[in-house]
Amino acid sequence: MSDKEPVKSIITPTRTEYTYTPGPSAQRSLRALARGKLVGEICPSCNQVYYPPSGACARCGVATRDEVEVADKGTVTTYAIVRVPSENIDLELPYCTAHILLDGADIPFFGLIQECEWDAVRIGMRVEAVWKPESEWGLNAENIRYFRPTGEPDVPFEQFKEHL
Amino acid sequence: MRDVAIASFAQTKYVRNQVELTEVDMIIPVIGDAISRSGIPKSEIGFYCHGSSDYMAGQSFAFVGAVDALGAFPPIAESHVEMDGAWALYEAWVKIQCGEVDSALVFGFGRASMGKLRETMNLQLDPYTLGPLGIDSISLAALQARALIDAGKTSERQMAEIAIRNRRVAKDNPNAQVTGDFEVEKLLAEPTIVSPLRKHDCPPISDGISAVVLAAGNHIGRGESKPVFIRGIDHRLDSHQLGGRDLTRSPSTKLAGERAGVHDGPVEFAELHAPFSHQEVILREALGLGDEVVINPSGGALAANPMMTAGLTRIGEAATHIAAGKAGRGVAHATSGPCLQQNLICVLEGE
Amino acid sequence: MPERCAVIGVGQTHHTAKRIDVSQAGLLREAALRALEDAGCQWSDIDAVVIGKAPDMFEGVMMPELFLAEALGCVGKPMFRVHTAGSVGGTTAIVASQLVKSGVHGRVLTVAYEKQSESNAMWALSIKIPFRQAIVAGAGGYFAPLIRGYMQRSKAPEDVGIRVALKDRQNALKNPYAHLKFPDIDFDQVANSPMLWDPIRYLETCPSSDGACALVIADEKHAAKAPKQPAWIQATAMRSEPTQFAGRDTVNPQASRDAADELWKKAEITNPREEIDCCEIYVPFSWFEPMWMESLRFAEEGSGWKMTYEGATALDGDLPVNMSGGVLSSNPIGASGMLRFAEAANQVRGEAGEHQVPGAKRALGHAYGGGSQFFSMWVVAQDPL
Repeated sequence: MSDKEPVKSIITPTRTEYTYTPGPSAQRSLRALARGKLVGEICPSCNQVYYPPSGACARCGVATRDEVEVADKGTVTTYAIVRVPSENIDLELPYCTAHILLDGADIPFFGLIQECEWDAVRIGMRVEAVWKPESEWGLNAENIRYFRPTGEPDVPFEQFKEHL
Repeated sequence: MRDVAIASFAQTKYVRNQVELTEVDMIIPVIGDAISRSGIPKSEIGFYCHGSSDYMAGQSFAFVGAVDALGAFPPIAESHVEMDGAWALYEAWVKIQCGEVDSALVFGFGRASMGKLRETMNLQLDPYTLGPLGIDSISLAALQARALIDAGKTSERQMAEIAIRNRRVAKDNPNAQVTGDFEVEKLLAEPTIVSPLRKHDCPPISDGISAVVLAAGNHIGRGESKPVFIRGIDHRLDSHQLGGRDLTRSPSTKLAGERAGVHDGPVEFAELHAPFSHQEVILREALGLGDEVVINPSGGALAANPMMTAGLTRIGEAATHIAAGKAGRGVAHATSGPCLQQNLICVLEGE
Repeated sequence: MPERCAVIGVGQTHHTAKRIDVSQAGLLREAALRALEDAGCQWSDIDAVVIGKAPDMFEGVMMPELFLAEALGCVGKPMFRVHTAGSVGGTTAIVASQLVKSGVHGRVLTVAYEKQSESNAMWALSIKIPFRQAIVAGAGGYFAPLIRGYMQRSKAPEDVGIRVALKDRQNALKNPYAHLKFPDIDFDQVANSPMLWDPIRYLETCPSSDGACALVIADEKHAAKAPKQPAWIQATAMRSEPTQFAGRDTVNPQASRDAADELWKKAEITNPREEIDCCEIYVPFSWFEPMWMESLRFAEEGSGWKMTYEGATALDGDLPVNMSGGVLSSNPIGASGMLRFAEAANQVRGEAGEHQVPGAKRALGHAYGGGSQFFSMWVVAQDPL
């Protein structure tokens, strides 16, 4: 053996490119979003409304197809205050992510809460979407900038505790 | 060992680029078809297992989404292998041998069109010694083909004839992707992609899904088609280091074939997962298949090569061939890894 | 008839942030050789190898088991690769046990690992899918709202998570292989550590580690010749449900409850709290201890936190939980589930060293993964069922 430093690691940069397919349901939903509408889909088997739609009701394992508009208002069913940076997220710290059960939907989705003190966010709080200016709408979930409190009375936990 | 039968087989049509649908959109009808043909109610399926690769889908935990297609509520007993669906079938077969379940749905899916397959497959190589060389999947196969030609075991002409035969018989396979009648001289006049391989020696890039339902005990014989029994199944592996093995031979295929009992009865046909034309020669030799054995009645992987399920498709096609009464006993093969590194053999027989 | 099977050898590496002194193959061999030695076996005694790990992008190698095969003596043998997200280490052990239980093989080596330092796991988890919104900050960002949901439902005191973290971190001090060790750890240190994903604090969170774990699983014939007490696998269970569907209970998923019910039934256990001597369960964020205690039927719904509060889950409690220091102290993701299964085995073998629960005869090993949707568990004991 020589007295040279051992090779402990080598770096091999790799680059791969992928083309992702949203599928028909997400396409329909994205097109609606570009018109300022939140369009979910109904499971033909259990009649539950999915937003955003993925094309399937995972509970039943069947394709969803019939569209239904849901409100851009809803209830915070649970939430977290994020105080640590993440590589893929370009938001000022801290920020609040919440499970929001939109009026008319049967499954909560992840949304941002802003225009609210962090210690004022609570389970059961009513929130509404704040949209980007219409001129900036695209085929993108980010047309909604965030959700903010509506000031309506809180919804009792009992009413949505199955939708955390 | 318990008797385990292939109760049903279903698959998509294989295409170069399925841009319309998500994986879940593609999986739902195929597994629905497999379950309904099996005659086993979905609520009685005891186990689910599938094979796929995150690197095919360009996403960590990509397989998790497939669970959305299964109607997994009430929750199911389910597992996943980062391998071809043929190995998912093996896991399910083991589970049935444990006596824990009497039926299983297995499937595999891959969408090679999402990325650049030749480059993606480079990421499968030893990251310290092979991967950094930048060698791609076709170049690796070409090394093997060259070694085989130099050893006098095949020729570019014979390889072209293999490609022609597979794609000719694939005309009868409605799900195949590359089919038709080709002439040897014309093919040999084509340029090589990576010498000595020409386009016809290489598999197409395919998007698709296939699914099999396994049945044991009282579930045997409930399906639309006659049950086809797994008489033996085994899989073995060779060194990953290409310099560490004789590329012209496949000892792991030979060993798996012996363990699975390939020659415990007459072999009428074989579905071989040989993505490259010359690999059929290696596999035939390893399995001791003579000229009387019909190879790839479906057209094989040269007609459609859905990554992560082309092996399971061989098993499904072989079972379909037997269930249709076209043969009594045959062999199906699946492979994984560079230059046939890992191989699975499944011996199938009708009643 | 299914074969009886047992864990006859256990091995693991030291878990640490970066194992730059070994390759992936070296890391796996370290754990595998220790397991073989523990089992009194040579490479040639092994019939098949089952490898488990979490996403391939964590190391940047697609299906790395193919290149690792040679280092694990797999040439000419069956080699199998399992991937079921965070539960994978547990599922891998179950798959290996079934190769024996089915009578297919007599002795199987199973190895699970993660070596995240060779790629960039943060990158691997954050690949931006163009049409999807990216606001969930990793596993902590995903699980924090579920923990808050549990806090709301159970009305548990706010310091339950701190107490779990303190206990696990104290247990880790007795485990020579643990990654995170804070010698002077106390309640205030945990309580005053920064909030990362409120309500989860820094010291209530698992690290990310390089590490591997290996088991040798044998049939009755080979277990009888093992040099040490075998850990007999009395029962295994696995359940999956989708990540999201209408009406899903994400806090106490049905897949978890169903898996537990099946496990206890198979092991002929009617009162798990009485009949199980200790548990090693998958707790990546401290609050999951009370959550899983309820889900696993050790406590009534809404009262799992009382077990923590009353000290029942402490090393000297009536049902010690996470004697090794748990996932909070070492988290090589792909191996984390198998480490739980291995600790359960070592407890009933009397091989758990300083964190041995005296007289442990029957133990639970548990793992979960994905969005609290994949569950695998086993019961191991000093005697076969």
